Amino acid sequence: MNERILMKGNEAIAEAAIMAGCRQFFGYPITPQNQIPEYMSKRMPQVGGTFLQSESEVAAINMVYGAAAAGGRVMTSSSSPGISLKQEGISYIVGAELPAVIVNIVRGGPGLGGIQPAQCDYYQATRGGGHGDYRMVVLAPSTVQEAVELTQEAFDIADYYRNPVMLLGDGMIGQMMEPVTMKPIEKRELPEKTWAATGWDGKSRPRAILNSLFIDPAVLEQHNLKLQAKYAAMEKDEVRVEIDCPEDSEYIVVAYGTMARIASKAISMARAEGMKIGMVRPITLWPFPSQALKNCVTDKVKHVMTVELAAGQMLDDVRLSIGNNVPTSCYSRLGGMVPTSREIYEQFMKLGKGGNE
Amino acid sequence: MAIVYQKPKALTDKPFHYCPGCTHGIIHRLVAECIDELGIQDRTIGVAPVGCAVFAYDYFNVDMLEAAHGRAPACATGVKRVNPNNIVFTYQGDGDLASIGCAEIVHAANRGENITVIFVNNAIYGMTGGQMAPTTLVGQVTTTSPYGRDPMSAGYPIRISEMLSQLEGPALVERVSVHDVKNVVNAKRAIKKAFQNQIDGKGFSLVEVLSTCPTNWGKTPQEALKWLQENMIPQYPLGVFKDKEAK
Repeated sequence: MNERILMKGNEAIAEAAIMAGCRQFFGYPITPQNQIPEYMSKRMPQVGGTFLQSESEVAAINMVYGAAAAGGRVMTSSSSPGISLKQEGISYIVGAELPAVIVNIVRGGPGLGGIQPAQCDYYQATRGGGHGDYRMVVLAPSTVQEAVELTQEAFDIADYYRNPVMLLGDGMIGQMMEPVTMKPIEKRELPEKTWAATGWDGKSRPRAILNSLFIDPAVLEQHNLKLQAKYAAMEKDEVRVEIDCPEDSEYIVVAYGTMARIASKAISMARAEGMKIGMVRPITLWPFPSQALKNCVTDKVKHVMTVELAAGQMLDDVRLSIGNNVPTSCYSRLGGMVPTSREIYEQFMKLGKGGNE
Repeated sequence: MAIVYQKPKALTDKPFHYCPGCTHGIIHRLVAECIDELGIQDRTIGVAPVGCAVFAYDYFNVDMLEAAHGRAPACATGVKRVNPNNIVFTYQGDGDLASIGCAEIVHAANRGENITVIFVNNAIYGMTGGQMAPTTLVGQVTTTSPYGRDPMSAGYPIRISEMLSQLEGPALVERVSVHDVKNVVNAKRAIKKAFQNQIDGKGFSLVEVLSTCPTNWGKTPQEALKWLQENMIPQYPLGVFKDKEAK
C-alpha cells in the first residue's frame, strides 16, 4: 500500500495499529480521540480482532492487562482525564512486565478541563504517571504520517522491552486530515512471548504467573533493579530526535508534536529576518534527547526557548539536559489555546533584542 | 493399594497461608477438583484478586494473572478475548467484587462474558484486618463498624447474586455455602456447572460461596461455621437465582 490517502490523525493511528498486528482494542468514549475507537469498532471485526467498548477507562486498561498477559497485541486510547483513570492499570502493566500501547490525545486540564489541544500531560507521561518507580517510552508525532510510523514502532518497542509505550498526541494531530502513505515499518527482531498465559501443559515452559506483587522487599528490590536496567537500555537505544540546528545558531527552540510544526514556520520567518535560530524536536519525550540537545548548545548559543502548550513542563528536561549556564525560557499557551506562528515569531524577535533575558 | 483420596493436580504443593478454620481452603480445593475432573488444567487461566486470595496464583496449578483490586473480570475479559479456547476464571472476595469491583462484575455479567466467577463472600475484609465490607451484616461489629453496621449511615448488605440475576447476560448465578458436608458437595456441583457452562460456550457463570472468617469474626472455626449458617444464610439465601438452561 503505497498510495497516498487523506486521513484524520486518529483514524490513521487506528489503521496503523491494525497494520502492526494489533488485534485487541479496549476503550471508552472521550473527546478528542473518539475516532480511534469508532474506527476500531468498524475495522476489528473485518480482521478477526476484538473491539470492546468498556464500562470505564479503568476497565479498559485492565482488559489491556489481561489481553497483554494472554500474549495479544493490544491497544487502548483515551484523552487526558481518561488517561488519569488508566494510571493504576498502567502501573500494574509495568509491574507485571506486559507490553501494550496507550494513546493519549491530550486536551486542556486540569480536571475536566476542555477539549482543545494541549500538551499539559507531559509530566504525567514522562515520569511514569501512576504509582511506583517506572518509565515508559513516550512517542510524540508531529505529522499524521509520523503518527502512522510511530504507532507501529510503539508495538515493537513494547514487545521488545515488555513495557507499555505511550503515543502522545494532541487534539490537533488527532483531528487534522493529512495525506498519508500507510506503509509498514521495518520490523525489529522480537523474542517469542514464552511468558504469556496461554494454558500450561506442565512441561514445555514454566507456569505463567503475570503479577506485580512481590511481598518480600528484597525480591521487590531485585524486580525494581531489573526494571531500571530496562529503562537504562531504553535511554541508550530508543532516543529519537529531529535536529535543524545550523552550527552558528545563537538561539535554539525546543518543541514537540504539533507545536513543533507551528514553531518551525516561525523559525523560517525569523531566519528570513537574518536571525540565527535552530530547532530541536524531541520525538521521544522519554527518553528525552538530552545529549543531542546538549551537542547543539555551543558557546555561540545565547538562549534556549521551549514552545509548549503547557506551562514549561518540558523546560525542566531542557534544564536537566543543559544546566543553567545558558538562559532558558518557555513560551506557552494554556487551556487549549494554540499560538499562531506569527505570535511565536514575535517571541523570537523579542529574544533577538534581549527582551526575554 | 488403591488411591481413594489425593490432592487435585490443579493445586500446587505450596501450603495455604489461610488462617485456621478459614473456608478458602475448601473452596480452592473444590475449584481444583472441578478443573481436574473436567480435564481442562492445560487450558485454564485463573485471575487472582486483591484480598485474602491474592496469592491464589501460588496455589492453583495453572497459568495465573494477579489483577488490580476489583478488576479481575476486566482482566479475564482481556484474556478470553485473545484466546477464546482458554477456560478463564476469576476468584474474588466480597471487598474485591462487591465494593471496588462492582462496575467490572456488573458489566462482565451484562456482556455475558464467557468466563467463570467464584465469588467468596465472608462479610468482611479479611486481608486488611477485619474492616466492614459491603456484605457485612446489619449490626455486625468490624474494625470500621465498632458499634455494629448501622444501615442509616453505612447502608445495607449488598446481595450480589440477586442483583446480577436481574441482567439478561448471565447464564448462571447461584449462591452456595460450605458450612457443612452436604453444602460442600452442593457447592462443588455448582462450581463444576459454572465451568461446564464456559466449556459449552453458554456464557457468564457466577457462583457465590458463603465463607467464614474465624480470625476477624473473633470466633473459633466451629463457631464460625455455626454463625455463617445462623446469620449469613438468612441474609443471603442459598439457591439458583438465574439459570438460562432451566428456562
